[in-house]
Amino acid sequence: MSKNPEFVKFDKVDKSYDGKVLVVKDLQLDIAEGEFITMLGPSGSGKTTCLMMLAGFETPTNGEILLDGNIISNIPPHKRGIGMVFQNYALFPHMTVYENLAFPLRVRKVEKGEIDKKVDKALSMVSLNGFESRMPAQLSGGQQQRVAVARALVFDPAVVLMDEPLGALDKNLRESMQYEIKHIHESIGVTVVYVTHDQSEALTMSNRIAVFNDGKVQQLSDPAELYEKPVNSFVAEFIGENNTFNGEVSDIDKDKCKVKLGNAEILANPISVKSKGEKTTVSLRPERALINPTDKMDNMFTGKIEEVIYHGDHTRVRLDLLGSSEFILKVPNSTSNLELKVKEDINIGWNSVDARALDPK
Amino acid sequence: MSSEAKQILTTDGIPLEVSLKKAERKNKVKAFLLVAPLLLFLVITYIFPIGEMFTRSIDDKMITNMLPKTFKEMENWDGQELPPEEVFSAFYYDYKALVEKQEHGKLGQRLNKEKNGFNSTTKRLFRNIKRKKIDESASFKEQMMKVHKNWGKVEYWQAIKRTAPPYTLAKYLKGMDMYYAADGSIAQVDEDRRIHRILWLRTLEIAFFVTLFCFAMGYPIAHLLATLPMKYSNLLMICVLLPFWTSLLVRTASWMILLQQQGVVNDFFVMIGLVADDNRPEMMYNKVGTYVAMTQILLPFMVLPLYSVMKTISPSLMRAGKSLGGTPFVAFWKVYFPLTIPGIGAGCLLVFILAIGYYITPALVGGASGTLISNQIAYHMKTTLDWSFASAMGLMLLTGVLVVYWIYNKLVGVDNIKLG
Repeated sequence: MSKNPEFVKFDKVDKSYDGKVLVVKDLQLDIAEGEFITMLGPSGSGKTTCLMMLAGFETPTNGEILLDGNIISNIPPHKRGIGMVFQNYALFPHMTVYENLAFPLRVRKVEKGEIDKKVDKALSMVSLNGFESRMPAQLSGGQQQRVAVARALVFDPAVVLMDEPLGALDKNLRESMQYEIKHIHESIGVTVVYVTHDQSEALTMSNRIAVFNDGKVQQLSDPAELYEKPVNSFVAEFIGENNTFNGEVSDIDKDKCKVKLGNAEILANPISVKSKGEKTTVSLRPERALINPTDKMDNMFTGKIEEVIYHGDHTRVRLDLLGSSEFILKVPNSTSNLELKVKEDINIGWNSVDARALDPK
Repeated sequence: MSSEAKQILTTDGIPLEVSLKKAERKNKVKAFLLVAPLLLFLVITYIFPIGEMFTRSIDDKMITNMLPKTFKEMENWDGQELPPEEVFSAFYYDYKALVEKQEHGKLGQRLNKEKNGFNSTTKRLFRNIKRKKIDESASFKEQMMKVHKNWGKVEYWQAIKRTAPPYTLAKYLKGMDMYYAADGSIAQVDEDRRIHRILWLRTLEIAFFVTLFCFAMGYPIAHLLATLPMKYSNLLMICVLLPFWTSLLVRTASWMILLQQQGVVNDFFVMIGLVADDNRPEMMYNKVGTYVAMTQILLPFMVLPLYSVMKTISPSLMRAGKSLGGTPFVAFWKVYFPLTIPGIGAGCLLVFILAIGYYITPALVGGASGTLISNQIAYHMKTTLDWSFASAMGLMLLTGVLVVYWIYNKLVGVDNIKLG
């Protein structure tokens, strides 16, 4: 069975709540069957609105949403057959775990024996066997979260939506749940649309990530590409850490450009600049700049250490470099660690490929 | 081993529990002092009056204290035939003592309630004593029977004997249209004179339906209040609370203006052609008026607890219900409604209890059908001055409320009530 690359399709979707501001602008998004796609963005970027439109709790102001080729804009939520995990889990507090899981099956008039089987299967999937008769209030946050996931999956929906499901959990639990959800997705192959504002969550879990800002998808690509090759400065800023230089293109050819920053000039990779004289923001990942580079790198500068912060597995070093005192370096903590001292000068270098000249901020 | 484990010591070697108690004692004293004024207030204004009401309702010591010798002699009388000479003599001396204290009239009236004709019977004896016509050396039995033939009837003596115990449940029986018959058994009042039972049933009926109407109207309002955005819900809340800021009498009077046959509502019905001008329906001085006015007055008591409960129900629960495949109705009935039960319980209990004790509104707009048990209590408090009967009915009402509370506790559980 070949997978449908347009299993879920947002076709020119606009959404406005008050008739004045567009929360979602001309959204064009295809989600393949079995894909784990994450909508990532700051709050108010329209990602949750997209999810709610897909679930059927909001109607698009313009455009259509298609599920497996059928327009679903006029289908009420309960007929869409889309599972959903809510931000605060939304477990029914007056029902036991079993009753919570049986709810979607009972409303579908599944017979009793079948319900028992499916509930049991779903609970073992989230390793919560034996918790059938507990009330949600008697479960820990992580357990409630698993019940919510199991409930969204128990009726074998084609698509599962997750609206910041891990937001309320503590850090360790959140990380282990990330892997767990990822493994569940891999083992049953359901299409997952996941909404979060936590970029590390998005990077670990997803096949593809749609970065939302200002009602628009800024970039849609797989996690590695998103991190390594951000297409604009918002994405570069939002995903991971980032050093930026604001300047003006002074020279440009096919895969290199010169960017003038006040009194210095750096070589960069022209992504969204086309011609000389354009303003640009150059983005460089902190781990791509090396201390005392041995290879010949096309950007070599000397900076002064302003601050050294110990982070356990790595050390962050803040430099005064090229007129900016916000340049961050990430130095891995290895045995051959360098003695880094504040106020000392330091040589650093990076390749122009990693310095991406993007749209100006 | 286990006993050693239980005895945990603090660092200073004092048992942990002792140390904890000591540390918390100050807080406990403070907490008690804070509630003390209210506790005192409750004891003085609530528990004490109810106790007083109870003793008053069963108190029957008056005759017991008036006829001490008689009752002492009556202990040896089987109550089947005319009492022996000793009882007559004891009664005579008791009565003579009352005549001297000028309290004989009270006795006559009280005994007359027990058995008709007693007033004239004792008055005849009083006149004979006044004129000193009784020869204290001869047989009292024969002389008294000569004074009035009723003294020779065993029923009259039985009536006196019935009043002997210092406490009686007669008032409670009267509240249920029953009484102690001559032989001490409990009998029903004649059918055409049974008034209290009708009033009890009417009170319960009105309270039940008013609760039902309040629920039917209050539930959607409360839901709207809980789900509307703040700026609209505040306005709506003011509308709901508006009745609280108006005097009860003013509101009742305005309902009278609205509902009477030549009133605003009827005028409107005639205007839109719903009813003919010469055939205006009566919406007042019957149960319709009572229901309308009481529902309006008690509605906030239903809306507020419901609102406070609904406010805590996350809207995502309904969404979850729908996204899991429940139709809007199923999601409402299986998810939302069960979660509002604590509020429904609190609201219904509140409205029912208030409605059961209402009397001004039904009396004003309910006409003849607006007489409820509370009106009866007020009537006996103010008009007949039969306070013990009023107390008895008040306590019966209180018991009724407690029974409702008990049933509610069995069905829903009082712990589940949420008043806000």
